[in-house]
Amino acid sequence: MVLIRDLAIQGAQMLLVLLLAPLFTGFVRKTKARLLRRQGPPLIQPYLDLIRLMRKDIVLAESASWLFRTVPYLVFAGTWVAASLVPTFRTGLLFSWSADLIAIIALLGSARFFLALAGLDVGTSFGGIGSSREVMIASLAEPAMIMIVFTLALVAGSTQLSTIAAFMTSSGVGLRVSLALALIALIMVAIAESGRIPIDNPATHLELTMVHEAMVLEYSGRHLALIELAASLKLILYVSLIACLFAPWGIESSGASVPALALGIATYVGKLAVSGFLLALFETSIAKMRVFRVPEFLGAALMLGLLATLLLFVSGTI
Amino acid sequence: MTLAVVLACAVFLLALAPLAVAVRGIQAASPLIYGASLAASVVSLAASLVHLLAAAPPETVALPLGIPWLGSHFRLDALSAFFLIVVDLGAAGASLFALGYGKHEIAPGRVLPFYPAFLAAMTLVVLADDAFSFLLSWEFMSLTSWALVVSHHRLPENVRAGYVYLIMASFGTLCLLLAFGLLAGPDGHYTFAQMRAAHPSAAIGALALLLALLGAGSKAGIVPLHVWLPLAHPAAPSQVSGLMSGVMTKVAVYGFVRIVFDLAGAPAWWWSMVVLALAGITTVMGVLYALMQHDLKRLLAYHTVENIGIVFIGLGLALAFKAYGMPFAAALAFTAALLHVFNHSLFKSLLFFGSGAVLTATGERDMEHLGGLIHRMPQTAFVFLIGCAAISALPPLNGFVSEWLTFQAILLSPQLPSWGLKLLVPAVGALLALSAALAAACFVKAYGVTFLGRPRTRSAETASETDSWSLAAMMLLAALCLVAGILPGLFIDALAPVGSTLIGARMPVQSGLQWLSIIPIAASRSSYDGLLVFLFMVMSGTLAASAIHRFASDRLRRAPAWDCGYCDLNPAAQYSATSFVQPIRRVFGSVVFAARETAGMPAPGDTRPAWLKVELRDLVWDCLYAPLAAAIEAAAGRLNRLQFLTIRQFLTLVFCALVILLLVLAVWS
Repeated sequence: MVLIRDLAIQGAQMLLVLLLAPLFTGFVRKTKARLLRRQGPPLIQPYLDLIRLMRKDIVLAESASWLFRTVPYLVFAGTWVAASLVPTFRTGLLFSWSADLIAIIALLGSARFFLALAGLDVGTSFGGIGSSREVMIASLAEPAMIMIVFTLALVAGSTQLSTIAAFMTSSGVGLRVSLALALIALIMVAIAESGRIPIDNPATHLELTMVHEAMVLEYSGRHLALIELAASLKLILYVSLIACLFAPWGIESSGASVPALALGIATYVGKLAVSGFLLALFETSIAKMRVFRVPEFLGAALMLGLLATLLLFVSGTI
Repeated sequence: MTLAVVLACAVFLLALAPLAVAVRGIQAASPLIYGASLAASVVSLAASLVHLLAAAPPETVALPLGIPWLGSHFRLDALSAFFLIVVDLGAAGASLFALGYGKHEIAPGRVLPFYPAFLAAMTLVVLADDAFSFLLSWEFMSLTSWALVVSHHRLPENVRAGYVYLIMASFGTLCLLLAFGLLAGPDGHYTFAQMRAAHPSAAIGALALLLALLGAGSKAGIVPLHVWLPLAHPAAPSQVSGLMSGVMTKVAVYGFVRIVFDLAGAPAWWWSMVVLALAGITTVMGVLYALMQHDLKRLLAYHTVENIGIVFIGLGLALAFKAYGMPFAAALAFTAALLHVFNHSLFKSLLFFGSGAVLTATGERDMEHLGGLIHRMPQTAFVFLIGCAAISALPPLNGFVSEWLTFQAILLSPQLPSWGLKLLVPAVGALLALSAALAAACFVKAYGVTFLGRPRTRSAETASETDSWSLAAMMLLAALCLVAGILPGLFIDALAPVGSTLIGARMPVQSGLQWLSIIPIAASRSSYDGLLVFLFMVMSGTLAASAIHRFASDRLRRAPAWDCGYCDLNPAAQYSATSFVQPIRRVFGSVVFAARETAGMPAPGDTRPAWLKVELRDLVWDCLYAPLAAAIEAAAGRLNRLQFLTIRQFLTLVFCALVILLLVLAVWS
C-alpha cells in the first residue's frame, strides 16, 4: 500500500513537471511581453506549438545519421529523469536515492553531450557553432555547479537532494556566508545552463551569438517538439532546484496526507510564478552578453562556488 | 596453485616470442600468435579472477633464477590479482582485436615476436616479489614496448617517439632502482617481504615516495613527465596503443601503489600533498592538451594523462586519510582509484581499437581528413560512441561511477586536520570537476569530427566497416563498460580484499542493497543506482517514442540540410577539430599554451584565400625539457675530455670514485 502510494507520488511528480514545464515557459514569455507593453502570446502557446510540431512532417537533412534521429529521445529521457528526481512538492520521493545531486547534474551533462553531437551530425556550420559554444559554456558551468554541490553537501552532510532539502527546512541552518555565495553562483549557472539572457537568447534564431538554437537548427517536427520540451524541462528543473534548496518552505515531508500534498503543489506553483516573474524582470532589464564575456561570467560563478567550499573546508561553520 | 597457472601463462607467452620469429614467413603466423596470446590471457584472467573473488590468501613461490643469492620471488596477493585482471582483460581484448586487425599489418615480423613478450613482461611486473625481478620485468616491459613503438621505423616521427620513450623509460627505471635501493637498506634486503618487515625510517620512506612518484609517474604519464606518452602510444600498432595506454600505464600505477602503500611504511601527512598537487595539475593539463589535438590517436593518448591524474587524485586522498588514521575514508578513496584504473583500461582500449579500425578503413589518423564515418562504419561508430560516453563520465556508464566515488571521497576530507590539505583538496576537487566537463567537450569533438558530419576527404567517403574479430573485441569492451556502470556494487565488493590488505579497511558491502545500488558511506549521505537510472532512461525514452508514434505524425522526408537557407555544398565549410575548440582555446589556451591566432584577409579584389594561423606552444617542453637537453648537451661536451685521459689519470679517477662510494656506505650503515 505504502509502495503503491509512493509510486503514485513519484508518477505524479514526473507528470507534474512534464505538464508544468511548457506552461512555465509560456508564463515567462507572457510576462516579458507585458513588461515590454506588448500583448504577447497566450499562456498556453507553448502547448499549441508542441501540438503543431507533433503534427508536422519531419524534414530530415540528407546527411543526417541514425544518431541524429535518436538524440531527441535521449535528450528528452535524460532531462525528464533528472527533472523528476528534484523534489518539488514532497521530499523522500520513491526513487530519489537512485541518483544524488551529482548524478542529476551528470544526467543533464549526458543530455547536453548528445545534443552537441547532434549539432555536428548534419555537417553544417550553424550546428557546429552551436555545439562548439555549448561545450565551452558547459566546460565552465559544470565545474561551478559541482562546487555549489560541494558547498551544499558540506553544510547538510549529504549529496541527497531530499536530505539537503529536509536539512534546509530545519532550524540548524541559519544564515551562512557560504550558502549565500552558493545561491548567487547557482542562479548564475542556472541562467547559463537553461540558455537565458544574458548568456543565450531563446527567442532568436538568426543572431550570431546564439548557442542552443543554432545547435538544434536542423531539427523539425516531432524531434523539435521533444527538444523544445526538454529545454522547458531543464528550465523548470533549475527553478525547482533553487526553490527546493533555498526556499524549501511548503515542501511536504514523506507521510503527508492528501490535502497537505495539494497544499504542497499549490505552494510549488506559487514559487514557480514568483521565480518566473523575477526571471522575466531580469531578462527584460539586461542586455545579451557577447559570447566571449560568458567565460568571465561563469568564471565568477566558479570562483564563488570554490570560495564557498573553501570557507566550509577551513571553518566548517561559516 | 593459482600462481603456478598464472606463471605458466607468462612463460607460455614468453615462449611464443621465439616461435613468432620461427614462423614469421608463413601465412598463419599472425592468427597463430594472437590466438595463442588470447588463450593464455583468458586462462590467466580466469585464474586471477578466481583468486580475487575468493579473497584467497597470498601465494608465494621462489624460483632459483636470477641473482644466485637472491633467486626470483613471485607473489600473488589481492593487489596483484586485481592488476592482473586489468592486464589480462586488456591483453585478451587486444589479442581478439588483433586477430582481425593484425592482417593489415605491413611488417608483422616486427610486431609478432614482441607482442607476447610485452604481455608476459607486464604479467611478471605485477607478480614480482623482489626488487630484482621487478626491475628486470619492468625494464623488459619498457624494451618490448619500445620495440613495438618503432615497429614502423621508416617514419621519422616514430623514430623520434622511440628515442624520447627510451630516455624517459631509462630515467623512470633509474628512479625505481634508487627507490628500491633505499628501501632495501645497506644490507641488501631485496625481497619485498624483507622490505615490508624492515619499517623504513620517515626520511627513507619519503625519499622512496618521491622516487616512486618520478619512476612510476613517468611511466604512467604524470605531468610534467608525460612528454613521451603522446608520442609513443600513437606510434605503435593500434592493439599495442590500446595496451600501452589502457594497461601499461596501469602497471605503472601498480608500481606506485606497491611501493607507497605496501613497502614504504606509514605515510606522513605531506605525502598526499605532493601527490594531490601533481595529480590535479595532471588532470587538467592532460585534457587541455587532448582538446588541442586533431590526431585521433594522439588525442586519446593525451587523454590517458588526464585519467591517470584522476587515479592519482584518488590515491593521494587515500594517502591523506591513511596518514590521519581514517581507514574507512581511505578505503573509499582507494577503491575509487582502483575502480577508475579498471574502468579506464576498458574504455581506453575500446577507443584505441576504434581508432585502429578507422585507421585501417581510411588510412587517416588526422580528424580533419575524416568525417561522416557513422554512415560507412555504423557498428564501429556505435561502440566508439559508448566508449566516448563512458570516458566523459556520463551516467549510466562506468566512468561516472569512479568519478562519483572520487567526489564522495573529496567530500569526506574536511575532517582532515591539516591546513595545507584543507586548502588543497577543494582546489583539486574544482580541477577534477573542470576536467570532467572538458573531457566531455573533448569527446564531443573527437566523435563529432571523426564520425559525424560529411566526409572531408575521398578516403573517408569510401571507408568500409571493419572486420568481425575487431568488432567482437570492441563490443565486448563496450558491454563491459555498460555492465560496470549499471552494476558497480559487484565491482566494488570484488575490490574489498585489496583495500583490506593495504589500507586495513574496506568499503561497506554493497551486494545486499536494494536494487543493486551503491552506498559508499551511509544511505542518508549519498547513494547512486546505475541500474535504476539506466532503466528510468530506457523507460522514459521508450514511453516518449511510443507516445509519439501513437499520436504524432510519423511522416518523414529527406531534403538538403536547411542551415538557415545558406547552401554550402563543400564539406570543408563544416566545423573542423581546430575550429570546434576555438572558444575553449580562447578561454584556456592563452595561458596554458601561449596560444596565438593570426588571421590574414586579402584585400578586396584579391583572389587569394584568407588564412588563419594558430600557434600553440608546449610550455612543459619549452621550459623544462629543452633547457635540460641543452644543459646535458653542454655538460656532455665538457665531459668529452674524460675520453682523452691517460691511463694513470683514469685509474686515479676510478680509485677516487670507489673511495667515495665506500665512504657513503660506511656513513649510511
